[in-house]
Amino acid sequence: MALQEGRRDPVAVQAEAAPVRARTGRAGRPGGRAEARRFLLSLGFLLPALVVLGALVVYPIFFSVYRSLYDRLGTTFVGLDNYRTMFSRPQTLTAIRNNAIWLVGPAIVTAVGLVLAVLAERIRWSTAFKVVLFMPMAISSLSAGVIWRIVYEEEPARGVANAAIRTVVDVFRPPGPYPGARPTDEGVLTAAGRAFVTTGSLRPGQVAELGLVAIAPRLVPEDARPAAVPPSAPSDAIAGVVWLDFTPGGGGEKGRVDPTERGLPGVKVEALRDGEVVGSAVTDEAGAFAVQGLPPGDYRLRLAASNFREPWGGITWLGPTLVTPAIILAWIWMWTGFAVVTLGAGLAAIPRDVLEAARVDGASEFQVFRRVTIPLLVPVVLVVLVTLVINVLKIFDLIFVIAPGSVQDDANVIALEMWRQAFGGVNDQGMGSALAVFLFVLVLPAMAFNYRRFKAGT
Amino acid sequence: MDGSGGRAVALGVVVVVLALVGAACGGGAAPTGPGATPTGTSPTAVDLTGQRVEVVAVWGEDTGEGEKFKRVLDAFAQQTGAQVQYTPSGGVDLTTFIGTRIQGGNPPDVAMLPNPGLLRDFATQGVLKPIEDIAGDLVDQNFAPSWRELASHEGTLYGVYFKGANKSTVWYNKGIFEQAGVQPPSTWEDLLAAAQTISDSGLAAPFAIDGGTAWVLTDWFENVYIRTAGPGLYDQLARHEIPWTHDSVRTALETLAQVFGKPDWILGGPSGALQASFPSDALRIAGDQPEAAMYYEGDFLGGILASEAGAQLGQDVDFFDFPSIGGSGPAVVGGGDVAVLFTDNPAAQQLIRFLATPEAAEIWAALGGFSSPNRNVDPSVYPDDISRRSAVALAQAEVFRFDLSDLAPAAFGGTTGQGMFKGLQDFLRNPRDVEGTMQYLEEQAQQAYGS
Repeated sequence: MALQEGRRDPVAVQAEAAPVRARTGRAGRPGGRAEARRFLLSLGFLLPALVVLGALVVYPIFFSVYRSLYDRLGTTFVGLDNYRTMFSRPQTLTAIRNNAIWLVGPAIVTAVGLVLAVLAERIRWSTAFKVVLFMPMAISSLSAGVIWRIVYEEEPARGVANAAIRTVVDVFRPPGPYPGARPTDEGVLTAAGRAFVTTGSLRPGQVAELGLVAIAPRLVPEDARPAAVPPSAPSDAIAGVVWLDFTPGGGGEKGRVDPTERGLPGVKVEALRDGEVVGSAVTDEAGAFAVQGLPPGDYRLRLAASNFREPWGGITWLGPTLVTPAIILAWIWMWTGFAVVTLGAGLAAIPRDVLEAARVDGASEFQVFRRVTIPLLVPVVLVVLVTLVINVLKIFDLIFVIAPGSVQDDANVIALEMWRQAFGGVNDQGMGSALAVFLFVLVLPAMAFNYRRFKAGT
Repeated sequence: MDGSGGRAVALGVVVVVLALVGAACGGGAAPTGPGATPTGTSPTAVDLTGQRVEVVAVWGEDTGEGEKFKRVLDAFAQQTGAQVQYTPSGGVDLTTFIGTRIQGGNPPDVAMLPNPGLLRDFATQGVLKPIEDIAGDLVDQNFAPSWRELASHEGTLYGVYFKGANKSTVWYNKGIFEQAGVQPPSTWEDLLAAAQTISDSGLAAPFAIDGGTAWVLTDWFENVYIRTAGPGLYDQLARHEIPWTHDSVRTALETLAQVFGKPDWILGGPSGALQASFPSDALRIAGDQPEAAMYYEGDFLGGILASEAGAQLGQDVDFFDFPSIGGSGPAVVGGGDVAVLFTDNPAAQQLIRFLATPEAAEIWAALGGFSSPNRNVDPSVYPDDISRRSAVALAQAEVFRFDLSDLAPAAFGGTTGQGMFKGLQDFLRNPRDVEGTMQYLEEQAQQAYGS
């Protein structure tokens, strides 16, 4: 048989058999040849994978190390200079700090995933539940990033996160009818907090003209009439008008009630004496008011702050302080499904009789979870955790998409900094390679751990 | 460089660059190009039948720009009988594309370079042919001096600017301007007054600024700086011959702070603006419910407003020239594409001459999407009023300067999170910190320029 084969392809067998012979030390025996043949066969099948991995993984690793020892253009050998510069740049330090903060993510995802996986086992539609949780995984990180970028828009009218919060806030603290308004003339009204107080004092019988601007025309109620200054006031009252001192199309005179200017209905006006509120009134459709029942004396008028309270403005999710936690939240949304499904599979593999035995012995459900389920699940939990840690260490896309350019520095992580150095304008690929090598070194222990886990598992 | 700068001042030359460049080259002697045969004749008079010329540019063949440029080349072919081959660089970096061709001993005859940095690089390498004797007369005749300087390196003319971009336009919503009763302003004071009136009207925020996209902010700064400091200091700052802690930078930043420092005037306030990426907030000056009245960005924004916000240019939105500050003359900051010559091919020389004529520019101008820096182009050929006004402002500007951040090293002028990008974003966040901004910019500039 061996002879026949040798005849069929003598050159190949002879050439390839030699190293095998040397390795196995079983040269010349027919069994040795069969083994060599099997070895060649498996090598043949492995070859495509080896070539691809070699070209796309092994070679780039070594080239990155080599490249990191050269300058920006790759022409001058600079030794470890890139590494020295790297650790002295504040951007790198921020990136390292943020990467450390990011490690919170895997911890949360694993913990939440574990709880959800156990709970999901007990509901009727657990598959549907898991599918829904898993769905974000089916979305590319780029799309997920775009979604969350919009969710986090600061203006509640655009970002759903702030819109939800505003709905609640507005119930407890309703916005005023004329948010953002301000007096035309700082000489007539001065700001006191959000309220406006007349600069001079008034006596009963006098009439005040209080002009406001910066009010969007759509905020003025439709039943508002052209502003009318009350001709006079009773002797025990201060009368006046609050109006929108802006002539549409321009042309009006500031501080004067022009014919087309409308009154502002519903403004609360308070009369102050020695800082105390002694009377109040609300303007009518023409903006006119009269605070009545005032004994003689000097008063000031105040337009109450409640008139001008702005609607809740929204949290600056994507500002320098909150940007990293905000992006981590988006990442948690993406990856919880993965943890639930993987841990769910681990749970299904736990023998039921062990759990039953514990229950028969009188253990509460929490005790079963704490003392039986978790210990049996530890290997799976660790694999999930470490996989997520690796994922988080090299996180890039979510940050690149969600963080606006102005806070990219604050949201920086090592992988992003690597891209920015190597391709983001400066194109210093020496520095980029140094960062890549640093990142590789950070990921290495986690990789080694997972590899050993997998090996032990089989 | 400082020495020649001093000389320039002593000479009392208004445009410092010209003197700087000229002095550095010892008087800017006219080069005696090898193929210095062409005279003042128009290309139409030359018969080039059977000759071939190859042109390289970035405009893809299937894009509108590539198509339109080919129409220009076709016209040249018809007039002279030459065969013109157009090669788009197809997304490959032009330096690499042409560099490879030169190394392979097969340079294109003519290339359209999108910025003066590339012209400088190629001129330094000695691969460009001087064109003083080929088209110098046409350049003097048809272009403002700024364009000759931009196409020159150390006093030698190497190119002809064929296409320009005007980044000194402020777009505004006509409806809001009408309802608020304001006119397009022509001075900075008028601009501030208009902004105040619009703010008073409550109709919309006076300005929208996509501060998350940092080049929007660098363009703002450049337009203010060229008006407050003048072109001479602008050139010096672009080369980092004066520090960013210079008084002129302070003046420009303080002027800019008159807008940036008013949270009420900016759509979403500075915080909101810094989260917006171009053109998201720009689109908000158009549409059914415009939220802002004005947006400063270049002429290209018109096309974006038309296609993405459905705005009718000239009816819903329009532009005015970036206003003059402190009586400054018409100045335009922008960009452009310069035609340069790599070979002694006589047909290529004629093509360069052709591209310097108003006739060549008018072909593309009539097709739209084009501003010619050639001041003898007949404005009536532009297809609409907006492109006509933008192009006329570009060609007639007393001062034209290239976008400063494009002239600076990428580490300073073009990288997120550092240099001008970060400096000006931080400035928008805190416009009172003029000193801190200047110091940061100077530190970053020193690193990037390596001085």
